[in-house]
Amino acid sequence: MNPTIGWIRQLAESWRVPTALVPLVPFLLLLIALYAVIGLAAYGALRKWPRADKTIAFWLFISPWLIGFLMFTVGPMISSVYVSLTSWDLITPPRFVGFANYSEAFQDPRVAQALKVTLLYAVLSVPLQTALAFLVALLMNVDLPGIRLFRTIWYLPSLVSGVAQMVLFLWVFNPQYGLANDVLARAGIQGPGWFSDASWALPTVILMSLWTVGGAMVIYLAGLKDVPLTLYEAAALDGAGLVRLFWHITLPQLSPIILFNVLTGIIGALQIFTQGFIANGGPKDSLLFFVYYLYENAFQNFRMGYASALAWMLFVIILALTAVTARASAFAVYYETDLGGRRRRRTRKG
Amino acid sequence: MAVLVETRPASEPVAVRRADRPFWRRNLPLTVVQYVLLALGSLAFVYPFLWMIATSLRSLAGVGSSGASIWPREFLWDNYTRALTSFPFWRYALNSVLTTLIPIVGTVLSCSLAGFAFARLRVRFSGVIFAVVLATMLLPGEVTMVPQFMLFNNLGMIDTLYPLILPAFFGSPFYIFLFRQFFARMPSELADAAVVDGCGWFRMFLLVYLPLARPAVVAVSILLFMGYWNNFLGPAIYINSDQWKTLPLALAGFQSVNGTDTPLLMATSVLITLPCLAIFFFAQKQITNGITFTGGR
Repeated sequence: MNPTIGWIRQLAESWRVPTALVPLVPFLLLLIALYAVIGLAAYGALRKWPRADKTIAFWLFISPWLIGFLMFTVGPMISSVYVSLTSWDLITPPRFVGFANYSEAFQDPRVAQALKVTLLYAVLSVPLQTALAFLVALLMNVDLPGIRLFRTIWYLPSLVSGVAQMVLFLWVFNPQYGLANDVLARAGIQGPGWFSDASWALPTVILMSLWTVGGAMVIYLAGLKDVPLTLYEAAALDGAGLVRLFWHITLPQLSPIILFNVLTGIIGALQIFTQGFIANGGPKDSLLFFVYYLYENAFQNFRMGYASALAWMLFVIILALTAVTARASAFAVYYETDLGGRRRRRTRKG
Repeated sequence: MAVLVETRPASEPVAVRRADRPFWRRNLPLTVVQYVLLALGSLAFVYPFLWMIATSLRSLAGVGSSGASIWPREFLWDNYTRALTSFPFWRYALNSVLTTLIPIVGTVLSCSLAGFAFARLRVRFSGVIFAVVLATMLLPGEVTMVPQFMLFNNLGMIDTLYPLILPAFFGSPFYIFLFRQFFARMPSELADAAVVDGCGWFRMFLLVYLPLARPAVVAVSILLFMGYWNNFLGPAIYINSDQWKTLPLALAGFQSVNGTDTPLLMATSVLITLPCLAIFFFAQKQITNGITFTGGR
């Protein structure tokens, strides 16, 4: 703890502030001081330039975000660069080691394993999820009786997320008593060991992730409903069949939504953590997801410098994968309005 | 379009007549196949869910012999009593509520303010700053995870709920973006009218725009609820002592200690999921709207 903050805390304690609120006091004081300065500055500016009220209001309105951006993003990023160049266990002062953390990370077999597991997960789960969600949305895009019930059922599993989902599926995929292997046994198949088998653990997590495609399905469904029917009519008049309608109208019309969801899906998949944590990294590190390994280094082994270096590696990987996906899809995505910046095109209507 | 449908001669191909229906509706066998597929898929999807509930009501011996069956042969409501009493459930639930509801209020406030500024107060540099907001969406939280931990360590807030609550009051790029989109769609005459009335910017936001943004506020709040309620990484980093554990963190610890008491684990999982389920059934429409709104349209 910072000595000044410790001193303020002692002061707060002597004022009989409730114990649970004591940690908050220094932070609040800091914030009040900050806003006093900002308020004074805004008042002064308004006196000097009365017509700039809009500009002043703008900066005041975004000030919470701006302060948070500096305090929780920019500041930590800068210090993260420095910390990644040190060896630090939080107790003894940080020791500058240059690029040793990075060169260690490049030689660490567990980093290689974590990268392999995480990238495999992202590369396999995101396309599978997208395809399944899209297919189901296509099936759901009808006004049949009972369709609302179907939609509800498909969406329901998305509500069981995080730890609860993992706890449930550890049991669903229990080799002895689980749901999956009993179903397989009734079909005469000897089921695998799922989470307890090093070669099956990752496929099992991917399979599990398919259970929660309901959210994406809802998004695609809304997208399908937005496709102008006139497009289908015009194409049908020209003699286009089902397949061509799908390839030349449905898919292009939905491509921006698909791209957006694939991008967020990739970023999310690379940050997978809970599954690895609950499974303790899985047998033989088969579920050693990158963020879990990072967590292990930072908060269990207290290797802050090494963990920061790993975090920067993850950042570069996420940026690279996002850029590659966005680039690769540039020719396949069709933007109707000005959502897409430079490559805009307009449909000819009428 | 309506005019087109009405004036079409009767000799037009059948394919175009039902313009109000998508193309795949005209094919009966296809519809049947579709129905069957949906039904089978729904069964597969809902089954683990029902199985979770069924398992939560069984005895340990019953769990071992039932396999995939969801047929309820026994109703051990006692599992739920045990889940509520065998560990300080209500203490964890309180922590979960605190780290869910307060951050929702904070995020909605800070993000709607900023979103309003970006949508309606177009001044010099506002475009540039908005681009910065969007760029930070790409930054994975893990990069700032370690230094943020040190920051809260310096503030003496480790092993308290504050690191899980405070950052929410300083905005989150994604929700700023959502609010900006929402406010930008509102007619600007609203602002003009309020300006004529001599209304200040803040009062205009609070009295004119925020009440009109109710649908967005509700949708964002629900999405945030699901996120904060199930948040695991944050508590796993900052919380060590038992008294500040949130429900997901407690369940994770529970899994590693009592991993074999399956009915109890399932009962706890069901209890943790219950608030999300309740919200879903009460606000299904808002959830669907919210998800679609966030889905990149």
